[in-house]
Amino acid sequence: MIPAPRIDWLALAPTLALLGASGVALLGSVLVPWWMRRGFTAFVAFAGFVTAGVFAAIVFDKSEQGRTLIADSFTRDRLGALAAVIIAGAGALTVLVSWGEHRRDHAGEYYALLAAAGAGMAFFVTAGNLMTLFLGLEWFSIALYILCALDTHRDTSLEAGLKYLIVGGFGSAILLFGSALVYGATGQLGFNAIAVDGRNGGALLLAGLAMLIAGLAFKASAAPFHMWTPDVYEGAPTSVTAFMAAATKVAALVLTLRILVSAFPEQEHLWTIAIAVLAIVSLAVGNLAALVQRNVKRLLAYSSVSHAGFMLIAVAANSQLGARALLYYLIPYGATSIGAFAVVAARERELGVPVTLDNLGGMGWERPFLGAAMWVFMLGAMGMPLTGGLLGKFYVFSAAYEAGLWWLIVAGVIATAISLYYYLGVIRALYLRPATELRPVVVGGSPPRDPLLQSAVFLSLVVTVGSFFFVQPLIDLARDAAASLPF
Amino acid sequence: MTTALIVLPLAVALVVWLLPLPGRAAGVLALLAALAEVALWAVAVAGFDFDQGLQLQDRQSWFSDLGVSYHVGFFGYSLWLAGLTAVVCTASIGYALCVNRERGRAYHGLLLFLMGAIVGVFTAQDLLLFYVFFEAMLIPIYVLIGVWGGPGRVRATATFVIYTMAGSLLMLAAIVVFGLSQGTFSLVDSGTSTNEWVFLGFLAAFAVKAPIFPFHGWLVDAYRESPPEVAAILSGVVSKAAVYGLLRIVIAKFPEPVDDFQVAILAFATVGLVYGSLLAFRAPDLRSVTAYSSMAQMGLIVLGLFSLTDLGRNGAVLQSVAHGLVSAALFLLAGMVETRTGSSVFAVLGGMARGRPALATVLMTTGIIALAVPGSVAFAGEFLILAGVYDAGWGWAAVGAGAIVLAAMYMLRLISAVLHRARSGDVRDDAPDLRPLELALVVPLVAALLFLSAWPASISERSFPEKDTLEATE
Repeated sequence: MIPAPRIDWLALAPTLALLGASGVALLGSVLVPWWMRRGFTAFVAFAGFVTAGVFAAIVFDKSEQGRTLIADSFTRDRLGALAAVIIAGAGALTVLVSWGEHRRDHAGEYYALLAAAGAGMAFFVTAGNLMTLFLGLEWFSIALYILCALDTHRDTSLEAGLKYLIVGGFGSAILLFGSALVYGATGQLGFNAIAVDGRNGGALLLAGLAMLIAGLAFKASAAPFHMWTPDVYEGAPTSVTAFMAAATKVAALVLTLRILVSAFPEQEHLWTIAIAVLAIVSLAVGNLAALVQRNVKRLLAYSSVSHAGFMLIAVAANSQLGARALLYYLIPYGATSIGAFAVVAARERELGVPVTLDNLGGMGWERPFLGAAMWVFMLGAMGMPLTGGLLGKFYVFSAAYEAGLWWLIVAGVIATAISLYYYLGVIRALYLRPATELRPVVVGGSPPRDPLLQSAVFLSLVVTVGSFFFVQPLIDLARDAAASLPF
Repeated sequence: MTTALIVLPLAVALVVWLLPLPGRAAGVLALLAALAEVALWAVAVAGFDFDQGLQLQDRQSWFSDLGVSYHVGFFGYSLWLAGLTAVVCTASIGYALCVNRERGRAYHGLLLFLMGAIVGVFTAQDLLLFYVFFEAMLIPIYVLIGVWGGPGRVRATATFVIYTMAGSLLMLAAIVVFGLSQGTFSLVDSGTSTNEWVFLGFLAAFAVKAPIFPFHGWLVDAYRESPPEVAAILSGVVSKAAVYGLLRIVIAKFPEPVDDFQVAILAFATVGLVYGSLLAFRAPDLRSVTAYSSMAQMGLIVLGLFSLTDLGRNGAVLQSVAHGLVSAALFLLAGMVETRTGSSVFAVLGGMARGRPALATVLMTTGIIALAVPGSVAFAGEFLILAGVYDAGWGWAAVGAGAIVLAAMYMLRLISAVLHRARSGDVRDDAPDLRPLELALVVPLVAALLFLSAWPASISERSFPEKDTLEATE
């Protein structure tokens, strides 16, 4: 008889809640009458994300001591729980944003897949060995591949799905290969065990480490592994883009931090440099490429590449402060990106065409709330006062300084200066366009009312601004979460 | 008290934005809030002990792991600068109400927000908080110029933001390094530093904001393209954020680098003083003259600050307040002239004194004070500055005194071009004199100038506590 391991159901609860929601939504999309299918599945998905968030918060509360479960295959600690809370929040906001998207079909599947992707991410951030790492990665990636291609009547959506599938598959393959090399070098799968047995790792281990970093950088869309990002962000349904920009980034960066710190402490002199280089390249590529974008979704895609750069600075710092900086940064970052994409989605639904800087013109005056919100989100992305973005950057720079990586501060300062141009370009389009340039857009009647999307924008606004004023509680959470890593 | 001074304008700004009032009503509400701010400030002055250092403090931890706190309070000099802010912003809000700006709610809300942010800058006792307010000023200015500005506004805002943010981001890096190496971001608790790179980071931000030559590239476009009331705030008050920063951070926290760089800074300030004066003499319109004279005056103020003497320091604070009032009055008058003639270019102006006694009197008085006629507050300020900088080297004082002659030249040119020279075709006979409402905006500024002319010591002897002398610290 095989001894069954004791299962810690609470630790699995966030994942299971979302998985359950996904299953119910999937059944609902077949069994529920067509006229309430969208409402039912959306509600189930929303409830799933909220439940997962609550469970993750409970796990956070009850996991002062982190530990690994089920033969070290995954970890119950505050780091994973906090990441799961952020992911669940991002997912819930995404459901609100998605509601107004009128699909001819696949409404039910959309929400089922969204919940499944969320489940995969919640599982992924708690991964404790290379197997669960890969499993979680594929889990949420496959759900996202389909979500990207869900608008089958748009060529760009199909293209986005295909591109993400191919490039993402490539990234996964590299990650898998890297895992195999690490296993070959150490004979271990668990992160903690790798740390023990990889003490005098040779070239094999280092090659594996490099490939692991590359594979995770694909998911975090850090340059030079970002090539898919603008195309996929542009082509995917905007609500999916919002979810990817916020949640995927959280998952990928938190896990990058976890695996590097817990499995490769002996190689830190190598991977900190590698991550720092990735950070600088991301900052350079993201900001410079964003300068010339006219399509707002592409612009925000490159902006997300540059934010990956900022967050990698925090990872490269390899310290408690760095982990705290990363976890804090993710909160306003997630809110600003979901909020910004939500505003883009609202404009898109109003106009029926892709949103560019040109047809964003005058929106600030036409839609005072969405315009002002977009303004705040852009300020947040810039790192201006009254948004958490400023303090995120402040923490990242502090972590870099403490780790002696002053050149990363220089890079970050230059990158921020460049980024002003395109973020202000969005504000310019919203408010400053001269009246002659404004071509009234012909649409039938007044724009669709969408209170759910507005409330998602409002909540994002609250988080973006609130994280500026209430830093201490968030930092306390981030500190507790960072304490579960063995620095 | 201090917190109330910061929060009042910000809170009313939110109310103005959110309440669906008509534009006029929003303007009236904003004006009332601004007047309340002035009253509140007067109360603060009444209860202030000018022989003591930091007072009216509010302190609240913001996040403790890096030692950042919300900590505000007033020194003597910052109280005067805050008063300047309240008065100038009130006049500007009144002006905006007078000309009835489009989209009044947004406009007045932004002006109030700007006012709150500037007061915040003058009170901040924590480096990150200072940065927050310093940057927060930029947000409303960007929109105020960008939306309501003149035809070249897009270019003007872009230049302005790029210049200032380049400086500010260097300051952010400097703040991180300074704060972490000191273990606290509090300006009160931290000690001094000898790190020259950090010093230069701070200096860069303030050199752009002031501006000190050669960082003045943004200045003319911004001042010329803004609405006049915004230009009044920009040149009168926002530039004084640099004065506060130089006093509170650069000179207080970096004694050794300041000593090392003193000659270089004095040289740049002198060049700015002379060059700005010459440019002002050549400038073709009312606003450009005022803009370049601002640059020259900021050069003079920096000269006073970096004389590193008590006289120079007191003179710099006095001159900051005087220049703030003068340039605010001049920009508002420029706006009033523009609404009558459609332009402030000298070539199409002239002869406006005939039949317009109020305009002539106010402009003349302001101009005469600006050119530092003996007995005026500007004369007192310049005299103190020059006396102070004489200690640092007589050469600086000689050049500075020469530049004051240039000030007389450009100011008299301005006055004669607008008021006295033969009338050009663009000044119509029926262009009215200043209306009572307009007078009500400018006369308080001029009255404040006259009061300070009569009693300059009210500021120059009430800026720094007597025991806190620079000579003693050296």
